[in-house]
Amino acid sequence: MSIQVRHINKQFGSFTALDDVSLDFPSGQLVALLGPSGCGKTTLLRIIAGLERADSGQVLLDGDDASNTHVRERQVGFVFQHYALFRHMTVFDNVAFGIRMKPRRERPNKAQIREKVQKLLKLVQLEWLADRFPAQLSGGQRQRIALARALAVEPRVLLLDEPFGALDAKVRKELRRWLRKLHDELHITSIFVTHDQEEALEVADQVVLMNRGHIEQIGAPEEVWHRPATPFVYSFLGSVNLFHGCVAGAGVQVGNEILPHQRGEVAEGAQVVAFARPHELDIVPDATGTAEGTGLSARVTRIAAYGITTRVELDSLDEATPEQHFEVELTRERAAELGLAEGQTVRLTPSNLRVFVDEGAGI
Amino acid sequence: MATPRIRQTRVLPGFGPTLGYTLFWLSIIVLLPLAAVFIRASELSLEEFWTAVTAPRVVASYKLSFGLSLAAAALNAVFGLTLAWCLVRYRFPGKKLVDALVDLPFALPTAVAGIALTALYAKNGIVGQYLDPDGLARVALFAKDSAIGQFLEPFSAKVAFKPLGIFVALVFIGLPFVVRTVQPVLEDLDVELEEAAVSLGAGRLQTFLRVIVPVVLPALLTGFALAFARAVGEYGSVIFIAGNIPLVSEITPLMIFIKLEQPDYAGATAIAVVMLLISFVLLFIINGLQAWASRRTGRDR
Repeated sequence: MSIQVRHINKQFGSFTALDDVSLDFPSGQLVALLGPSGCGKTTLLRIIAGLERADSGQVLLDGDDASNTHVRERQVGFVFQHYALFRHMTVFDNVAFGIRMKPRRERPNKAQIREKVQKLLKLVQLEWLADRFPAQLSGGQRQRIALARALAVEPRVLLLDEPFGALDAKVRKELRRWLRKLHDELHITSIFVTHDQEEALEVADQVVLMNRGHIEQIGAPEEVWHRPATPFVYSFLGSVNLFHGCVAGAGVQVGNEILPHQRGEVAEGAQVVAFARPHELDIVPDATGTAEGTGLSARVTRIAAYGITTRVELDSLDEATPEQHFEVELTRERAAELGLAEGQTVRLTPSNLRVFVDEGAGI
Repeated sequence: MATPRIRQTRVLPGFGPTLGYTLFWLSIIVLLPLAAVFIRASELSLEEFWTAVTAPRVVASYKLSFGLSLAAAALNAVFGLTLAWCLVRYRFPGKKLVDALVDLPFALPTAVAGIALTALYAKNGIVGQYLDPDGLARVALFAKDSAIGQFLEPFSAKVAFKPLGIFVALVFIGLPFVVRTVQPVLEDLDVELEEAAVSLGAGRLQTFLRVIVPVVLPALLTGFALAFARAVGEYGSVIFIAGNIPLVSEITPLMIFIKLEQPDYAGATAIAVVMLLISFVLLFIINGLQAWASRRTGRDR
């Protein structure tokens, strides 16, 4: 089922959680709502579920306005961050809950319920836990039971609110791979909320990046990763080096120094923010130790040489930007060639620099 | 062998000292006085004992005391749960005040409560005047002898000096027990559980009965047991409003008091023994129910 969200606004007191948000969720896809806490992603999910009411705007489920449809009738499966399992019921009763709540004439008989629950437990690979109580399960198992419970009512949409947020790193990774597999089997339209970019990029077909009640970018994982549309997306996805400066000739003036840059459409003298990923900065030995030459002068503070790449942390030496730190990722070969040592003075030149006009977005 | 090992691993003194203190306290605070009651009562022959505890006045008082206490505790369970729910779930002006008011029946000397209730519900009292047959008719704007007035007559219960008055007093003193035991459990009850139930298609009543009640039930039973126990032992507040009419509105503690004044100490303790035993059995049953409810809700596993 497709979901459309039209001009949704939501205020909590003086706080704007959602500001005129419109979105399309195509049928059968797994979409991630990604953003920092307080960006409105959970509120949006709850509005789609019907657990929260928008101040204005519409939610269309399969093209029909669902704004006045109660949660009960929306046929959405909702999975909570803290599972929300009924602790006084066994795993079996938890999963069967939704089926047993159906009006009498739609309700299957006992044998059918049993069969259906067993099937769902098999689907989440926990059929051997049917008689346990939630308190006896691990976090990962609880969340899988919660998912089975949500699937029991054959929802048209599956909504997951930070489903792996309360789990430890290893289980998280395992579960998100499992969720992806499950989605590939069921093809049910699913939306999941997360603040973990890795999780979103790894699992989702589409990623919706949100910030302060706005949508910043929508796209496939590789698209938002390689072509971030806004400074926010750039800084939110992965680590990044950030420069505040202004366009000056063929470069960007940062403090007292110039970063070389292919001049884009940005006007001369405009205030800009420029981004370079750690692997997009190169280190050049600064033989003279003076302020001459291209790039920013910096001092190496730490070299981490484990793993495939070598990561170098540096402090700015420019008096105009004393608090600035940089992170550079080099291949092992390049690092060996440079022969860096902690405390050494070097110059940084970007191989790729993404420049945005600074609109005071506060990044 | 196992005991010293436990002692080494626990930060606070473990099983041995705790159990020792517990038994010691229980003995001198609870068991000793109770034993005295039994010893005193044993001065009677079996026959005397039986006559003392089965006198019609006394039997009527058992029925009244235990029946009304159970009824009052039951009513408190319903409204105490509602009140606790309201205090936990909603914000409203004066919430703190309401929260503090709940404890008032705890703190008030019971005689004060009795006098206050009597003043309210007596025939010429603030509320009582309207509950009088004539009074109710006045309120209803129908004369006593009109058709509707006559119809209303049986409902115009007089409260003071009737069993109903005792009931009112017992409800009054029992309320905080239910509210205070249920409140923390409701605070722990996540709103997400209700949301989960609703998203799975449950209606309001189904959500309440299947999701909320099972979780709250053990605490509610505890509150019920406490309110009941308090009501059975209540004397001060009831005595003023009850009217103490033999066979109609005499409670068991009053019967004991009357015997003591005669003075018939052995007879008084005999009634006390019966009261103790009935209370013990009832509390035992309620606690059993409560344990069963906890087990059923998977808390003991």
